[in-house]
Amino acid sequence: MTYGAGIAKGLMVTMRNLFRKPTTVQYPEERLPQHPRFRGEDFVWYEERCTGCASCAKYCPLGIIKIVTSPSGTQTQEGEKYRLEVFDIDIARCMFCGLCVEACPYDALHMGSGFERGRYARNDLTIHIDELKSAPKRPSTWFRPQLEAKGYDPFSGETVPWQGVSRASKNDPTKEEMDSRWVERQ
Amino acid sequence: MTNLQQHPEPPAELEAEPVVVNLGPQHPSTHGVFRLRVIMDGETIQDVEPIFGYLHRGTEKLAEERSYTQVVTLTDRLDYTAAMSNNLAYVLAVEKLAGIEVPERGMYLRVIAAELQRIAAHLIFVGFSLDELGAFHTPLLYGFRERERILDLFEMLCGARITVSYMRPGGVHQDAPVDFWPALDRFLADMPHYLDELQGLIAENEIVVARTKGLAVLLAAKAINCSMSGPVLRASGVAWDLRKQDPYDVYGRMQFDIPVGANGDTYDRLLVRLYEARQSLRIVAQARKEIPGGPVRTQAPFFIRPPVGEAYGHVEAPKGELGFYLVSQGGISPYRCKIRSPSFINLTALKEMLVGYKVADLVVIFGSIDVNMGEVDR
Ligand code: SF4
Ligand code: SF4
Repeated sequence: MTYGAGIAKGLMVTMRNLFRKPTTVQYPEERLPQHPRFRGEDFVWYEERCTGCASCAKYCPLGIIKIVTSPSGTQTQEGEKYRLEVFDIDIARCMFCGLCVEACPYDALHMGSGFERGRYARNDLTIHIDELKSAPKRPSTWFRPQLEAKGYDPFSGETVPWQGVSRASKNDPTKEEMDSRWVERQ
Repeated sequence: MTNLQQHPEPPAELEAEPVVVNLGPQHPSTHGVFRLRVIMDGETIQDVEPIFGYLHRGTEKLAEERSYTQVVTLTDRLDYTAAMSNNLAYVLAVEKLAGIEVPERGMYLRVIAAELQRIAAHLIFVGFSLDELGAFHTPLLYGFRERERILDLFEMLCGARITVSYMRPGGVHQDAPVDFWPALDRFLADMPHYLDELQGLIAENEIVVARTKGLAVLLAAKAINCSMSGPVLRASGVAWDLRKQDPYDVYGRMQFDIPVGANGDTYDRLLVRLYEARQSLRIVAQARKEIPGGPVRTQAPFFIRPPVGEAYGHVEAPKGELGFYLVSQGGISPYRCKIRSPSFINLTALKEMLVGYKVADLVVIFGSIDVNMGEVDR
């Protein structure tokens, strides 16, 4: 076997790559574009939409969503709404499969778009209800065709109010209507 | 002045003992936490005993206490370089068990995803094979660069790159976004050129040829006896591919060839995968052209209760036949879930392939089977 031809051919490939644009990016300064469907870490949760039905907690394969509503166990009085006391997502164990988001019947829970939630202690990773309430609402368009249809991109920095994420085609109800609905049905 | 004559005569035959060498479990070239107990005579391998279980996570047991849809997320973690294929094998088994029909568009999307995943897995294989041959990291990163584009496509499809969880019993969870199709077209246009480049790097490279040609020949009869499947079997000259032998989804309508090797040596095992990647591109192009409109998912309930019975669903995963055997007792989770993983079964022939070779070839031969520890230990 003669040596040389194949190696030269291989070196040609290397040479060609030498003059290509580098594919690596210098991460903290430069960022690669992310698709709006990216299933990110910070969940987006709309308190106004959530009924405390706990479908998300039931669908989670790991059971890491903890929901406590009040009144619990007692008869609900007329005009009263379930109040959410605890809504914890232990994302230290979360695998971002999105099944909870798929389960939510009221479009209250959405995948987030972040990916830089590193913490020094494992316990700090749990997302508590206060953080969910106050976090900027930049939901991922994963499993939310209604957001995709609007061309929404969470990486553009735009936030969506709770009225804007509904999958219903008719006009979104106002908060007063949402509040009174429970009473009407009784 | 010393007199050489005074030294005692060396014995006519040196007494030699075989040496036991433990390769792994923390060895950079064993593709994960895998241990090989090698008995060597000098540099020649006398006996090999593979020891695994370091990555055992009890996937089969975990599946027994999760609902059928939730198990999809576990299958991502079997062969983590080919999550789409794992999803597909599992949902096929559930669909068979529960008798769920899949809409056409869903089947096409699944085929596209599974074939893209095959290309990605083979790119990793080729990259790591060259890494093991001593071409440190440069060709590996060429492979990874192209794989990156496939992962970007996956991110568009399902929001994740590795742990995709894309498929559901009854189809896929979501249709592809509109910007997926132009990106796929661009990928299909660029990829043949990249594969040519990769093939130019290895097919005629004298060092690769010298190191791999004629190395660890696995004869067809031996391969069949060892239950081998996938590219390793096809490199030995057996044209066995489940996409042709037992077509699932819409593979029956696709035109593609099964590349087979001539000699069954390590070189063939390298090249057969590159040719397969080309055939996968053909399939993706056809599926992209023919894909019909319509729904992508049957409205199956989240908590499926299949009738009492059992089902076996299998696919041609990048590494071979991946099968899921599910037993239902009518509940919301499988009564038993058995995973037939190609990497595990393909290790059967490892000893036959290694004995008699030098230790320097060990990692190359082992790498040519392409095992993934997430799948071996499950
Ligand atoms: S993303 Fe998956 S693992 Fe995480 S909370 Fe939701 S269902 Fe559970
Ligand atoms: S499924 Fe949706 S509405 Fe129900 S508790 Fe979870 S977030 Fe709230």
